[in-house]
Amino acid sequence: MTAALSIRAARKAFGGLVAVNDVSFEVKQGELLGLIGPNGSGKTTMLNLISGALPPTAGEILLDGKRISGLPAHAIARQGVSRTFQLVRVLPSLDAEENVMSGAVFGRVRLWGEDARRIARVLLDRVGLGDRAHMPVAAMTYIDQKRVELARALAADPRVLLLDEWLAGLNPSELQIGISLIDELHREGRTIVMVEHVMDAIRSLCDRCVVMSSGRMIAEGGVSETLSDPEVVRAYLGDDDA
Amino acid sequence: MMGLTPQETKSLGLGALLIALAALLPLFDDGFYLSISVNIVLYAALCTSWALFSGPTHYVSLATAAFYGLGTYSVGLGIELLPYPLLLLIAAAIGAVMAGLVGAATLRISGVYFVIFTFGLAELVRQLVTWTQTKFSTAMGLYVFTEMTESHIYWMLLALTGAVFLTSFLIARSRLGFAMTVIGNDETVARHVGIDTARSKIILFMISGAFIAIAGAITAPRYIYIEPPSAFNPMISFLVVIMALLGGTKRLWGPLVGVIPFTIVMDFISSNFPNHTMIVVGLAFLAIVYLIPHGVTGLLENAQARWTKRSAPAAVAEEKPA
Repeated sequence: MTAALSIRAARKAFGGLVAVNDVSFEVKQGELLGLIGPNGSGKTTMLNLISGALPPTAGEILLDGKRISGLPAHAIARQGVSRTFQLVRVLPSLDAEENVMSGAVFGRVRLWGEDARRIARVLLDRVGLGDRAHMPVAAMTYIDQKRVELARALAADPRVLLLDEWLAGLNPSELQIGISLIDELHREGRTIVMVEHVMDAIRSLCDRCVVMSSGRMIAEGGVSETLSDPEVVRAYLGDDDA
Repeated sequence: MMGLTPQETKSLGLGALLIALAALLPLFDDGFYLSISVNIVLYAALCTSWALFSGPTHYVSLATAAFYGLGTYSVGLGIELLPYPLLLLIAAAIGAVMAGLVGAATLRISGVYFVIFTFGLAELVRQLVTWTQTKFSTAMGLYVFTEMTESHIYWMLLALTGAVFLTSFLIARSRLGFAMTVIGNDETVARHVGIDTARSKIILFMISGAFIAIAGAITAPRYIYIEPPSAFNPMISFLVVIMALLGGTKRLWGPLVGVIPFTIVMDFISSNFPNHTMIVVGLAFLAIVYLIPHGVTGLLENAQARWTKRSAPAAVAEEKPA
């Protein structure tokens, strides 16, 4: 079976700075992969390469065996890659329902009218905002905006869902809600790549993880082995503690 | 997006009624008031077409004169050869093609370049037309002789304005309209939910350009003698921007609020102080940008918001009407 997502020697250079340095990994169908690493290690750039926010300098990225690298972001979104953003991005002049509808209307499923509205309602219920469908998102709390963003990404029924630090900035009880929400999506068989700093979440959620440091992939595999890998520990804590 | 809401039905009915009432004007006067009303309706059509594109995208186009002039020239060149209604369609097609080309070349780059490019474009087209005429023909201009009276032009422009409004209304309810709303909110999100942002903008610019060209084509018989400096007059581009900004571009009817008073004031100034028109236009531009950046409709909305807040502070988080 082909992998849902294959990254082959992906590289991104900004002038002399190589933010992603020949990284290769695969994400299987229905797998939840954690993409971790210290700040500035290139995780978000990696997500940007997958979603098409940035074109790779070299290498290729395949979705279900079809090449998507080099396509513009909107074409990749229509192929079935949805994402959330590190700093939450909602559409401030719209209400929650319209925000979510945008994912269903223009994404892979391309619904319109009542069909899109129905999906938006279901997903808002799903993320716990069923009673706030017509609230202007600009007036929402941070976690609620994150929920809207997640629902919008799900509205396209994506083949691969990219979460960029979706759990960051949540308080402990919100974090529990967030983790169980992602866990549920995973159980339903959705393929997810999550960039995350919250290690508890990585441990309890991920099947596998990929560790990046200074643009390179330094480890890959099951979560507990990878996190105890000496090179990973060194990347996070420096030489003295390894 | 779906069936008409009662509010929408009411707006459509009201719009149709206003246009029907305005259509009666030539029955009462065919002198000064008709003439100034032609100007008002002309700028209403131009500003609404302009705002159709520039409102949601925030790209300031100074190419209005280019589209307008092309429309005028389509009629000037074809009036002896082809039926007039066909010329209007040709003008629309030329306007759309021109907008498509310009859009494809410039809409991927940032707004400032777009402004400069569109301004340059209008001048370029004007120079090209002048050059072609001096090279291949002896006359500088073209005569447009028709049976059309000021009243006919007025009615056609009024119908065009109605068509622009109806088109804006239909676009707002379409996928394209929703795409433009998302783009206006956050272009990065727009791309990542699957919107081809460049294509959406180009389509909108083409629709806008086509309407402006039709307005030029309708007005052509009014000039009788067309020459590049009047057909491609950059003043048209500037006035359209000023009036649309004065009215506000957030609402469909926003530009109208600017067009009516401004046309009347401009008429007064150009007949009483013909040598100072440019100064007044310049001052008006500054005043509008500094004092009412969101236009008169923006002011009205703010006032309304303040009023509702004061009268019902608890109701702020209530459901907004769908």
